[in-house]
Amino acid sequence: MSEASATLDLADRTREADHPHSLVVRFSPNNPLRLDAGVDFGPLQIGYQTYGSLNAKRSNAVLLCHALTGDQHAVNNHPVTGKPGWWETMVGPGKPIDTGRYFVICPNVVGGCMGSSGPASTNPATGMPWGLDFPVITVRDMVRAQAMLLDHLGIDSLFAVAGGSMGGMQVLQWAASYPERVFTALPIAAATRHSAQNIAFHEVGRQAVMADPDWRGGRYFAEGTNPRRGLAVARMGAHITYLSDAALHRKFGRRFQNRDNPTFSFDADFQVESYLRHQGITFVERFDANSYLYLTRAMDYFDLAGDYDGVVANGFRDTPTRFCVISFTSDWLFPTSESRAIVHALNAAGARVSFAEITTDKGHDAFLLDEPELFAIVRGFLEGAEKARDL
Amino acid sequence: MLTRLSHDLTMAEAARGPGGSRVDLLVVADMVERGARVLDVGCGDGELLRLLETRGVDGRGIELSREGVNECVAKGLAVVQGDADTDLEDYPDDAFDFVILSQTLQATRRPRLVLEHMLRIGRHAIVSFPNFGHWRIRLQIFFGGHMPHTDNLPYAWYETPNIHFCSIKDFRQLCRVAGATMDEAVALNAWGRQMRLKMPWWFWNLFGEQAVFLLSRRS
Repeated sequence: MSEASATLDLADRTREADHPHSLVVRFSPNNPLRLDAGVDFGPLQIGYQTYGSLNAKRSNAVLLCHALTGDQHAVNNHPVTGKPGWWETMVGPGKPIDTGRYFVICPNVVGGCMGSSGPASTNPATGMPWGLDFPVITVRDMVRAQAMLLDHLGIDSLFAVAGGSMGGMQVLQWAASYPERVFTALPIAAATRHSAQNIAFHEVGRQAVMADPDWRGGRYFAEGTNPRRGLAVARMGAHITYLSDAALHRKFGRRFQNRDNPTFSFDADFQVESYLRHQGITFVERFDANSYLYLTRAMDYFDLAGDYDGVVANGFRDTPTRFCVISFTSDWLFPTSESRAIVHALNAAGARVSFAEITTDKGHDAFLLDEPELFAIVRGFLEGAEKARDL
Repeated sequence: MLTRLSHDLTMAEAARGPGGSRVDLLVVADMVERGARVLDVGCGDGELLRLLETRGVDGRGIELSREGVNECVAKGLAVVQGDADTDLEDYPDDAFDFVILSQTLQATRRPRLVLEHMLRIGRHAIVSFPNFGHWRIRLQIFFGGHMPHTDNLPYAWYETPNIHFCSIKDFRQLCRVAGATMDEAVALNAWGRQMRLKMPWWFWNLFGEQAVFLLSRRS
């Protein structure tokens, strides 16, 4: 990362959190967000983007739920990195989620750092970022906040809710919490609960952040530091879990980075090392370390069965929602067995469900990448649902 | 007591009916009530589900092959990837009005268990299968001394997915042990035409190339 961004003053570092380059709704303190942790949080702010236009019947709205390190900039260049939006492969004019036909809404999750209330947002009581004083949030809290956004936008019912990974968890939570508001649900590379292995990976990432002396017990804004190294290591570790052995081998193999022989040092001799370091460094430019702690925690806590007497199917009894569950063969973070568990629960609940496993070596991140089979399935599923919805 | 379909197809119709659908699928579809909830086990590329949807049926499918599933989902059909042998147990009792197994029974590992699950999950089960008692098959084994090849059974013995062949007579025996009542039975001849005459079972077993049974749970 550039030295310049490390020396930005506090106002610059929290600018996207408080004043995002996107649409934003600020709810009154009298309209707080009720959190699973048992507190009412306010004033709530949600940063969001919209694409396309709402039809007269207000029936063509599609909600995109972003993953752990995503944000509301799904189909526009990122205001910080300048890179294309995270789901431009899937969403846009003529794409499977067609912004020519649907009104697409993508909010930043609560707990995030790109314009929705989170630990990097300014606590009005202190004038400083919340840091660890921000309450611990859950996936259900994220969804509740999104429901408040929809109320604000005057949208009763969504044509579709779609998302991968943590976004897929939100999709499932949407269908369980607000079945009458969700016509179709597309949980991609998702699970009904975070597995022990995934909690373990997250814990390693959090420990990397907290072990950085610049983390300062979460008070790094106040102390003028930034736990860049810790967050970068967390990102490097996590990024491996988003790929697959085959994909890493195909992309990098054992090739050296700009050299013909090993240097007999701990430089990034291998291309794969150089790639991971780059991933870590660029991530730190756009993401808040405390936000990373909060959002990984929210995923860890996710367990739909826990809300329904230990039986996921109870969360979907008599659901009117049409589901399209998708997994990827090489995804070992949210493997196909997790998607099958979703399907079993939906079948047991009598839900209308489609399920496809897509052959790819690209691992968990496949949902963000160019996967023609994925696009064909999402397109077909949504077109079938359009007829049923009479859009 | 067995009743046979009255709305027979005319002899002039070939293996594909007027809408371009396979006749065996039309026979199956004719057994399904309008507006029913249906599970098609081994739904392939979704041809039967599509046919049923045009008749106002709420259809779901299970298909083993990934290509088949993805093709179905891309057509907007509610199909999940799954295996008749292992995944039917996940479905609750009485979840469907009809559970259909079309040209798939012979490819299951445990046909009896599959049939029992079908009768548990649905009020009715519809099973269609190639009749291994057909005279042409008998002749190939008897005179040719080799495993039979027909248009319906084109595989060599060493690469066939079909591991549990049965004749109409065998299937009736399975129905007895699995606790199924036969409500309707239809045999199709070698040209895919429905055999319309009331015939004794041995005749069907000899001349029916395919059979379609509508079953229900023995009460």
